[in-house]
Amino acid sequence: MAFFSEVKKIWLAYYPQLFMGMGNTLLIALVSTVIGLLIGILVGIVRTIPLSRKPLLRWVQRVINFLLSAYIEIFRGTPMMVQAMVIFWGYAFLSGGTTLPLLPSAILIVSVNTGAYIAEIVRGGIISVDTGQYEGAESIGMSHFQIMFHVVIPQVMRNILPAVSNEFIINIKDTSVLSVIGVVELFTQAKNVAKGTFAIFETYAIVCVMYFVMTFSVSLLLRLVERLLEGKSTYTICGSQSDSASMIRITKEDAPND
Amino acid sequence: MTDEPIVVLKNLTKSFGTNRVLKGIDLSVRKGEVVSVIGASGSGKSTMLRCINLLERPSSGSIEFCGENVLGKDFDLRRYRTKVGMVFQQFNLFNNMNVLRNCVVGQRRVLGRSKAEAEETAMRFLAKVGMDAYVNARPRQLSGGQKQRVAIARALSMDPDVLLFDEPTSALDPEMVGEVLHVMKELASSGLTMIVVTHEMSFAREVSSRVVFMDGGVVAEDASPEVIFNRPANPRTAEFLHRVLDREV
Repeated sequence: MAFFSEVKKIWLAYYPQLFMGMGNTLLIALVSTVIGLLIGILVGIVRTIPLSRKPLLRWVQRVINFLLSAYIEIFRGTPMMVQAMVIFWGYAFLSGGTTLPLLPSAILIVSVNTGAYIAEIVRGGIISVDTGQYEGAESIGMSHFQIMFHVVIPQVMRNILPAVSNEFIINIKDTSVLSVIGVVELFTQAKNVAKGTFAIFETYAIVCVMYFVMTFSVSLLLRLVERLLEGKSTYTICGSQSDSASMIRITKEDAPND
Repeated sequence: MTDEPIVVLKNLTKSFGTNRVLKGIDLSVRKGEVVSVIGASGSGKSTMLRCINLLERPSSGSIEFCGENVLGKDFDLRRYRTKVGMVFQQFNLFNNMNVLRNCVVGQRRVLGRSKAEAEETAMRFLAKVGMDAYVNARPRQLSGGQKQRVAIARALSMDPDVLLFDEPTSALDPEMVGEVLHVMKELASSGLTMIVVTHEMSFAREVSSRVVFMDGGVVAEDASPEVIFNRPANPRTAEFLHRVLDREV
């Protein structure tokens, strides 16, 4: 068939370029999701600090919360393609012509955008942790940050992982919009190849498969991580009434009376 | 038991919006006392208990701990909370940690104890409540009674001067109430100061040194269990006991 022979021809001629674009796409998506997650956790924690009873501190908190809400609303509320243009060319405008290097710009834009979404995911995750967990921790004298770090965030991480996986997969696909500022990721390479070969359908069919391979692999990988975060479903009872050195392995998840 | 008061509440009030839950509580608890707080639902028992370790901030009045004003501006709240332990109705064990870590994390992060010391202390109290065999189990793998015993060990690991119990057996299946009450009885006889909000009248009668009956946001009667259960001075106390004890038999 003509289609398959054309696809094969394009693949053999251009696969180094396409792989290079794929590499950049994965790099940008991975690094940005990780940075976005860190931003999101930080913003989520700050936004859930209970308001201080000291008037000055309370006022400072309100200002910070306002700025963080503004950040979230603006970056959620405008297209990433437009953000890319505004940040990239805005920098060039202000600096009098020098532009930011492309790859760091790309990571900056996607990270900040992802951070805005994940901040809300984290906030939702924090709210959904039972208040008893906070009270239990408060009752033994833990501070807000200790409670967050040791008790709440570990539980939040497990609960938000599916949503964060979602963001990662969205990022893999959405890096394609960065072609507007000329970042050489998979979509830009596809455009270049299509321009050179005029085989637009065949080229994009290849790229389509490449995107799917990336997203599906990530999907499977993160599901594995989710299972690991679940923790062991077994525990060992150390010692019994007749033998203090015995180890009894309990494999059922829940006690019968719970 | 000494005469030295450890927790003193004076004219304590608490309102949630327009709802006045506590209408001026006066209560003094001495070192080594076991005070049971009884009363109908909505009488303010739990709210009073939660005010003592400031999980709820009182609207007015004062709380003194060893003579120090707890509501003062420069009061070290976190250190205070290590001195006043709390056992909750819903256990509130940390779901992301196993039994041992539940008892260790506060000692290490708040009291700054070494890992070895914290684990040794935790093991000592877990053994005391009979849960030392379950150190690596997660809370979700335990029964309610087991969870509550771990929660007691967690509170004890902080070496508190006072332990507050907020209806510790109310969320348990009937056959598990006994194991938790048994642990509490042992603690009471060890000389620990305890304030216990409870619906377990037999515990209040047999274990406590004093019983406080709350009604409508005030302390309606405060006397020895002997007096409260046999010849209460306040007719409301008699009425309440008549209602709950009738149902018990």
